[in-house]
Amino acid sequence: MSDNRKTKIKVEDLTLIFGKRKQEALKLLEQGVSKEEILKKTKCTVGVNRASFEIKEGEVFVIMGLSGSGKSTLIRCLNRLNEPTAGKVFFDDHDITRDTNKELLETRRTEMSMVFQKFGLLPHRTILENAGFGLELRGEEKTTRDERAKTALETVGLRGYEAQYPAELSGGMQQRVGLARALANDPEVLLMDEAFSALDPLIKSDMQDELLEIQDKLHKTIVFITHDLDEAIKIGDRIAIMKDGVVEQIGTAEDILTNPASEYVEAFVEKVDRKTIITAETLMFKKHTALEVHKDGPKGAVRKMRSIAVDQLPVINEHKKFLGHVWLQDVLELEKEQEKSIEKVINTNVPSVYRHYTVEEMLPLITGIRHPLAVIEEETGKFLGLVTQTSLIIEATRFEKKEVIKLKEQANEL
Amino acid sequence: MDKLIDLGKYIEQGINVLEESLSGLWGAIDDVISWTVEFLNDTFLAIPFVVIIALVTFGAYYANAGKQAFKKEGLKKGAGLALFVVLGLLLIWAMGYWKEAIQTTTLVIVATIIALLFGIPLGIWAARSNTANAIIRPILDLMQTMPAFVYLIPAIFFFSVGNTPGVIATVIFSLPPAVRLTSLGIRNVPEDVIEAGHAFGATDKQILFKIQLPLAKTTILAGINQVILLALSMVVIASMVGAKGLGAIVYQGIQQNDIAKGFESGLGIVVLAIILDRITQAVAKK
Repeated sequence: MSDNRKTKIKVEDLTLIFGKRKQEALKLLEQGVSKEEILKKTKCTVGVNRASFEIKEGEVFVIMGLSGSGKSTLIRCLNRLNEPTAGKVFFDDHDITRDTNKELLETRRTEMSMVFQKFGLLPHRTILENAGFGLELRGEEKTTRDERAKTALETVGLRGYEAQYPAELSGGMQQRVGLARALANDPEVLLMDEAFSALDPLIKSDMQDELLEIQDKLHKTIVFITHDLDEAIKIGDRIAIMKDGVVEQIGTAEDILTNPASEYVEAFVEKVDRKTIITAETLMFKKHTALEVHKDGPKGAVRKMRSIAVDQLPVINEHKKFLGHVWLQDVLELEKEQEKSIEKVINTNVPSVYRHYTVEEMLPLITGIRHPLAVIEEETGKFLGLVTQTSLIIEATRFEKKEVIKLKEQANEL
Repeated sequence: MDKLIDLGKYIEQGINVLEESLSGLWGAIDDVISWTVEFLNDTFLAIPFVVIIALVTFGAYYANAGKQAFKKEGLKKGAGLALFVVLGLLLIWAMGYWKEAIQTTTLVIVATIIALLFGIPLGIWAARSNTANAIIRPILDLMQTMPAFVYLIPAIFFFSVGNTPGVIATVIFSLPPAVRLTSLGIRNVPEDVIEAGHAFGATDKQILFKIQLPLAKTTILAGINQVILLALSMVVIASMVGAKGLGAIVYQGIQQNDIAKGFESGLGIVVLAIILDRITQAVAKK
């Protein structure tokens, strides 16, 4: 998929080293010395190791990894709560690693807001004052900030709680305040550091839905840190997987699930429920043989079916629009009757799917039918390919292809 | 045995140099403190004692009852202390020590204000810089463990006898908790709140005034409470260098072996201590 959106954040060879002998450690790192060796030699810890990536405007970019993988350190480099040792962070076209303190304050005040795992609310201030805190820091008038804080609180569903104090609210609600505080600043970028990790599973799921809803309206660029792959898949447009300070793989959830770049990533994605992620586009056989209605007569149809050993084929028109399927037995009838066109026997009453359909959505469609699903383009109805029943079952059960075929044969014998 | 090191002599010489070279400064400090103490004494004594008792009583009541002061719940919370204040102050007045009690209170107020003026900024500094902390802590330990009488000698040396050396010795003795608890309070502010402040572009000043100090408030107020009580505990010692008030009466009682005098004035100090402690604690709790 091509992406014409503007690049919002660009990270280039970002490295962060903790310890006193940073420059020495950096040199060793550039020579390819391992993290453990560097720790032994210089007593420095490599937090982030030459990370590079680009985040598009309006994208939800998830950085995921286990604790100690450097993901929280990395996100803190984006607003320089952690000072990078080397590398660049471009915000639009402007390198914030070169910002003076004053410019940095300005960036933090207007362009990026952060949401924290532990909320970071001020216990002595009301919810309204907390939500308006970012605005207060940048010197907005009280009336403006109260108004904007109120709107932000409404956006996160906390209308009516303005006069209460953080301690009077549940964890989920406190995090809504944290989110409102970030939104009130109206930043272009939201940095969310394990924002939902401290919440109960149900509330966490609610908050994820709510974030997605808000994102639908506001189209912020969001950098989201998590250690939970399900969360990453649910909210991320793209996911970067980190291990030991290194970005191991970047891609969509489906990219990562279908082509894990390393054993680490593979181990990670093993437990994920693939049914909800793998789509028709991944499973379909592209450029599958099809019959063109005004070109292929019964004779041609029979030949094509026999050449690839199937008893049924999809039919398209001259614009490649999907029309339906024809079956070998029907075509043979036509051949006997000396008919010239296969139009009569096209079965149009068959299910077809769009490319973004998931396995979970496609499974119900194959009950009671014995042919593959045609994948068509949403706008034009153009035929794209076929998803076979076998591949759907393989995805759903995680059995090997041989096992599925064997099971089928056994069932037939019965 | 002969001394190997005559440390005392060096300190004495040092103090001599200080006294001579900065005599103008000592004179100015003496003037300011004496004038303030006398001014406050005169003002408080000019107000009829009934009015003062009424004001302090209401203050104590309000400190406990807060916004519910004019409701039934407030009465439950604040009535006990208010009653104690009325009876205690009336007792002091009836024993004939009203004037001395005022003098003692003035001394405590002035010493506390000076101690806080230095103690809180030092505490902030100690909280924000580990180097400052490393320097300040041993000095505080020294100030607290050195017998309080020792401070009287240079205090007289610099300021001769009177209220000023009393105030200065009291300040030195009562300053440490202001520094320690301010520093502790600020250091105990959760890191995540500070980080949130930084992430939203707070300057160091904003972090201090909008996050650290408000969150450290309870601890700092506990420090202020300690300062006041330590100051009060110094009044007898301060009277040895000429500070007036209940402490001076206790001192007279000791010198004249007068049990009645000593006991009455001692009781007066206890009453003041309880009132000041309960009021500041109530304020700190809010």
